[in-house]
Amino acid sequence: MTTTQTTTVTAPAPATPATRGSLLPPHIARATATAGGALTVVSAFLAWTWTSAFPGDLTVYGYPGGLQWLVLVSGALLTLFGLSSYGIKGLNWLTPQGADPAIRLAAYAAFATAWFTIGAISTKLGGAVNLEPGAYVALAATLIGWLGARSLPYERPETSPADPDDSAFDQFKHNLSNRWSVYKGTLATTPAPPAKTLPSYIEILIVAVVLALGLAVFTYGITTEYDQLFIGFLITAGFGFAAIQKAGLIQRVSTLTARHRNVTLVGAFVAAAAFPFTQSDDQYATIGVNILIFATVALGLNIVVGLAGLLDLGYVAFLGVGAYAAALVSGSPTSPLGIQLPFWQAILVGATASMVFGVLIGAPTLRLRGDYLAIVTLGFGEIFRIAVLNLDGTSGPDVTNGSNGISSIPNLTMFGFDFGATHTIAGFTIGRFANYFFLMLLVTLVVVVVFRRSAESRIGRAWVAIREDETAAEAMGINGFRTKLIAFALGATLAGLAGAVQAHVTYTVTPEQYQFAHAVPPNSAFLLAAVVLGGMGTISGPLVGGALLFLIPAKLQFMSDYQLFAFGLALVLLMRFRPEGLIANRRRQLEFHEKDEAPATLTKAGA
Amino acid sequence: MTTDTTTAEAAAVSAPGETVLDARGVTMRFGGLTAVRSVDLTVNSGEIVGLIGPNGAGKTTFFNCLTGLYIPTEGEVRYKGNVLPAKSFKITATGIARTFQNIRLFSNMTVLENVLVGRHTRTKEGLWSALLRGPGFHRAEAESKARAMELLEFVGLDHKAEHLSRNLPYGEQRKLEIARALASEPGLLLLDEPTAGMNPQETRAAEELIFAIRDKGIAVLVIEHDMRFIFNLCDRVACLVQGEKLVEGTAAEVQGDDRVVAAYLGEPFEGDPGAAEVAEVEAAEAAAAAETTEATTPEATAPAAEATTEDAPAAPGESTSKENDR
Repeated sequence: MTTTQTTTVTAPAPATPATRGSLLPPHIARATATAGGALTVVSAFLAWTWTSAFPGDLTVYGYPGGLQWLVLVSGALLTLFGLSSYGIKGLNWLTPQGADPAIRLAAYAAFATAWFTIGAISTKLGGAVNLEPGAYVALAATLIGWLGARSLPYERPETSPADPDDSAFDQFKHNLSNRWSVYKGTLATTPAPPAKTLPSYIEILIVAVVLALGLAVFTYGITTEYDQLFIGFLITAGFGFAAIQKAGLIQRVSTLTARHRNVTLVGAFVAAAAFPFTQSDDQYATIGVNILIFATVALGLNIVVGLAGLLDLGYVAFLGVGAYAAALVSGSPTSPLGIQLPFWQAILVGATASMVFGVLIGAPTLRLRGDYLAIVTLGFGEIFRIAVLNLDGTSGPDVTNGSNGISSIPNLTMFGFDFGATHTIAGFTIGRFANYFFLMLLVTLVVVVVFRRSAESRIGRAWVAIREDETAAEAMGINGFRTKLIAFALGATLAGLAGAVQAHVTYTVTPEQYQFAHAVPPNSAFLLAAVVLGGMGTISGPLVGGALLFLIPAKLQFMSDYQLFAFGLALVLLMRFRPEGLIANRRRQLEFHEKDEAPATLTKAGA
Repeated sequence: MTTDTTTAEAAAVSAPGETVLDARGVTMRFGGLTAVRSVDLTVNSGEIVGLIGPNGAGKTTFFNCLTGLYIPTEGEVRYKGNVLPAKSFKITATGIARTFQNIRLFSNMTVLENVLVGRHTRTKEGLWSALLRGPGFHRAEAESKARAMELLEFVGLDHKAEHLSRNLPYGEQRKLEIARALASEPGLLLLDEPTAGMNPQETRAAEELIFAIRDKGIAVLVIEHDMRFIFNLCDRVACLVQGEKLVEGTAAEVQGDDRVVAAYLGEPFEGDPGAAEVAEVEAAEAAAAAETTEATTPEATAPAAEATTEDAPAAPGESTSKENDR
């Protein structure tokens, strides 16, 4: 009954004009969007407010400051995509997948950043009265750009109107999903033509430029000095990245990086190592080294969760084991062992201790599958914390000093290089945290290489096979338990490596650092979130996810009360709209977004 | 049952006529339910043996007993004279490979990777080798890849090596599952309904493929419902009904066997009230006899069942096979 009704109603639906809701004809819309972009760029050079009470000094004509830079970048992006859509020679390469979706997103970026900035100024200074004419120019320019982008033609997907017999809520849901599919239609891209083959050295040059840009963006984000600037950065970076992706540039670059993988790997580490040199003091190197620790541990977890498919909710315990083991042999005055091993031995002790714990915990638990494994690992994570808490000499033997932890861990000295002191290298000041940043970067490199090499081998294939179908994997001769145990132990070992460095970076190890959920990363929940958010089974995914998850709480101190709430909300939204994570590997992209291509699996009832 | 066969590890092509699989008195009970009751079956090298039976007859359970997914409650299974280990991955290492009734590919791996996973037991590189990447690692990887591509060519999927296996059409997924099983260099291949869901052309192609596998010297044991397929293909056919082996013989013998026909059509119990009545009466008589002789229930009901199947009108074998054709 209902189906026949809907079909009869559907018939006139395609008759609706394809550009319904657009105010301008296509060619004018394109011109408007591009002009809006150009005007936005100009407006960034004007004064937006009269007083420098708003951080960033937006009072100067002829020189953008603070948030104006972000508006400038997004406006420039919009202009470039707009010009590229006219097919101007030399700009065609900007939009291999079609310019219109990119223009839309770039316009959103400019609009959101400018309006956010002006909103922030008005709020901070107490009213719109504090705005200079430049601000109104910016508002108008981004609005024009947005209107122009909105009116660009697109192929409207066919939607069916809601069934009038349905309840109001069902109709609402139906209309909402219609609107969503139309919105997705506005961002539909055309497949990019195959890229021209360039000489190898030019391709490598492009990769280098992209990495340098990445470093610049990352450094900008990490060194943002006030909340408004960081939020503006997130808005611009988010929309801007989406625009670049829709333009097809990300895809182009990833083909290049896939072709020159070793160059990319080396380049990325050179870029990362360049980070401390962009800093004049140690203020942001602290964040840098903590991001590295967090991201490295997340990458180790990615072996367990992303490759082998074992949901481990107590992973931070292995970081703790590594940190405690290294702290015990670090020569700290509060360590009951009272010995001081050189660092290369200490890090081996940390890694070995973690591996032993990994095997001990894995051996009984890995016989369980799915939810049961998750619950048991969660339990073991808590057991670690409580055991460490109680090994204080009163409740148990004196090993870990209980809740006081092992404190005043001495700084490392390697080859006469004192990690605690500030050094000057080629005119750049390298402080204590920057020293540890370099050390941690080496550990990250080790973990990346281990991840890559193990993933692309017999053992890595066995992990993925077990994740996909354990019964079939066993029927192919894979010893499931052994293979899973190797994944678990390897993941634990890598966490132990990071833990050994972390103990020295933070001076003190306490049980509270290694909980399941905690306001400060790393903790098991955040680690898992970094893996899922970034993209399971990829190398860059957990690194990006870890960086974001560390940076956002560290930067937005004002929302510390709502941090977990916002984090949960963000995770829910991400899983709804991009379940494969920010950086998806090919496999998962196909898994979630090519449903229509999946064959119907015919199952036959049988003996 | 020769004792001086090559070690199970070799899993190489064996001399024709040699017993590859020897299952004796395999019984599988799940609590009170006996799914497979004392089944004997041998498969010789270079032979294709079919296993048929109505749905629920215990064919797949028997397969699972052979491949270590279940451990038989009673009886033993020998592969080339050696008793099979109890773990399914060890069985694959000894030389028995299988496919599944519901395709169980690693759907998010590429076609080539699927076959490479099948090579797992025939390669040795562990974690250290993968991390250190010595020359041996690269050699072994290249060898595995070459062998896998060979197998893909054999089943005709080499042009799709880089596709995700989930995106293959159904018939090709079946082929890939066979290639994956062959990658473990088995001496015996167990196929669980290899043509389920296939159209006639695909079924014919599968037939050709299985003959080609046999010609490689690999013994094949196949479960199937498609009678024309089975009788074309197999040197010997065994029919399993309610967990017991009813009959075993050449295709012609099994095809002509009245009990097989009856088991498939279930005539005495459905659509023939007369026969059902007879069965009831006889069952009651048997029960009464059992009470008097104090015999156990299974012994008493067995002759009753026997009687009813013999009462069934003997339909010609041809019609049976038609009935089960798709």
